[in-house]
Amino acid sequence: MRTARKQPLDGHYEVVALRNVWVEQGDMPILEDISLTIKKGDFLGVIGPNGGGKSTLLKVILGLVEPVQGEVKVWGKPPEESAHLIGYVPQHSLFDPDFPITVEDVVLMGRLSRHRLLRRFSAEDRRKALDALDMVGITDLRNRPVGHLSGGEQQRTFIARALVRNPSLLLLDEALSSIDPATQTELYDLLSQLNKHITIVMVSHDLSAISTHVDKVACLNRRLYYHGSKEIPPEGIEATYGCPVQLLAHGIPHRVLRRHQ
Amino acid sequence: MSVLQYDFMQHALAAGLLVSIACGIVGTYVVVRRMVFISGGISHATFGGIGLAYFLGFNPIAGAMIFAIPAALATGMLSRQMHLSEDTGIGILWATGMALGVVFVGLSEGYAPDLFSYLFGNILTVKSSELLLMLVLDMVIIITVLAFYKEFAAISFDEEFSRAEGIPTGALNMVLLGLIALTIVMVIRVVGIVLVIALLSIPPAIARQYTHRLRTMMLLAAGVSALLATGGVALSYLMDLSSGATIILLGGVVLLLVMLERRGTRHRTTLRTDATASE
Repeated sequence: MRTARKQPLDGHYEVVALRNVWVEQGDMPILEDISLTIKKGDFLGVIGPNGGGKSTLLKVILGLVEPVQGEVKVWGKPPEESAHLIGYVPQHSLFDPDFPITVEDVVLMGRLSRHRLLRRFSAEDRRKALDALDMVGITDLRNRPVGHLSGGEQQRTFIARALVRNPSLLLLDEALSSIDPATQTELYDLLSQLNKHITIVMVSHDLSAISTHVDKVACLNRRLYYHGSKEIPPEGIEATYGCPVQLLAHGIPHRVLRRHQ
Repeated sequence: MSVLQYDFMQHALAAGLLVSIACGIVGTYVVVRRMVFISGGISHATFGGIGLAYFLGFNPIAGAMIFAIPAALATGMLSRQMHLSEDTGIGILWATGMALGVVFVGLSEGYAPDLFSYLFGNILTVKSSELLLMLVLDMVIIITVLAFYKEFAAISFDEEFSRAEGIPTGALNMVLLGLIALTIVMVIRVVGIVLVIALLSIPPAIARQYTHRLRTMMLLAAGVSALLATGGVALSYLMDLSSGATIILLGGVVLLLVMLERRGTRHRTTLRTDATASE
């Protein structure tokens, strides 16, 4: 009983707990009755069609989108109070490639928070930014304008910006889609390494890429289909995508592939 | 150089420098955040305040100030509340403000002699009290930007990520809009309502060609703006032209030269790369 009472904030077993969460935009439902528990050490992949609410789900966990109904807890607290423990890699398309900023300065932005207003970046901030750049393997690009980098290098930059916060939970929105396969593999290996200490949630519309690396898969198309494991029952995928999908296991356990059209 | 002994010329040059500080810093945000059109909207909307000041008989710059900040905050609200795109909101505000000004000026008694100078600026009539106001506004801008430099950069580059980090993005956006409004009021005195967006955008656009760091861009833009203001005043005096328009035209010419120079540099770089490749 002692351990249960003494549980510190980041030792909380349930990292994310959503209970009966509904999100609407205008009058249109985006998320319907989502209940989801993410446990410490999970590497959860969330798949689903575009417009199925994957990004919204992450934004609910981040406290960026307020549900019309339901309860959201991150480490047992409202999401705004846990913001400093979350690293976020938003969908890549959102940034302006003409913006005058270097890779290192983008990564430093990950050190900001409400509590650090009016304070300058410290030597520690800069050291942590260099560490994060080193982790994703782009230390040599740190003085380059971020708009001049390749898609894969930009994605490494944004992952470094999320990691520089020393997050306990990492949320990735299509982070490894539309980049070259070699970089993808390398970054998946990095995420697997990080998963030893960090809980990771990754959303993607790319079923085949995600399922070989994560240890749990959920399907999301307004409603969430989640069975706490990597195997998805066929009716789950069919309900999610609204079309029949063949499941294949090419001798690799738990591998889920989409039928080529 | 005996012309420098005249008060009006000293005031004009001082006003040019003071306005350039604001234009370099705030104009950089305007350009990198793509807020040139919103700045044009705020600027034109202030004509309502200038008209009101004529009608009620107080200082037109005070009238502009009264209108600028609510106009800056109203654009965002108008588009959000009525589910319109931001450019629709800006366009409505732009024209409504102008219309209000025209009606107020029409209702005012007698002839409005220096109305033209608010539309197209007149740096040669800046009074010392106005220089003091510009100095104070510059201080406000510098102190605010020094205090929130990291956060302004972050919300400009990636607002949603900043919000996820817990930065109060809504409040900071309001502060930045407020700074833009203050800058516009200063710039109106120099180049007028119609030409404000040129002095806010040309110097940062030139600076951007030579740097990819926000801080450097601000300093460079302030320097470019100061050169344009000084050169423009000198040219307008020598050639007896409208000061505001001369400053902007000089800016346009410099921008064109910079563009040609950059093209040349890029061309030479390409040639060199080709030469290396063929070796």
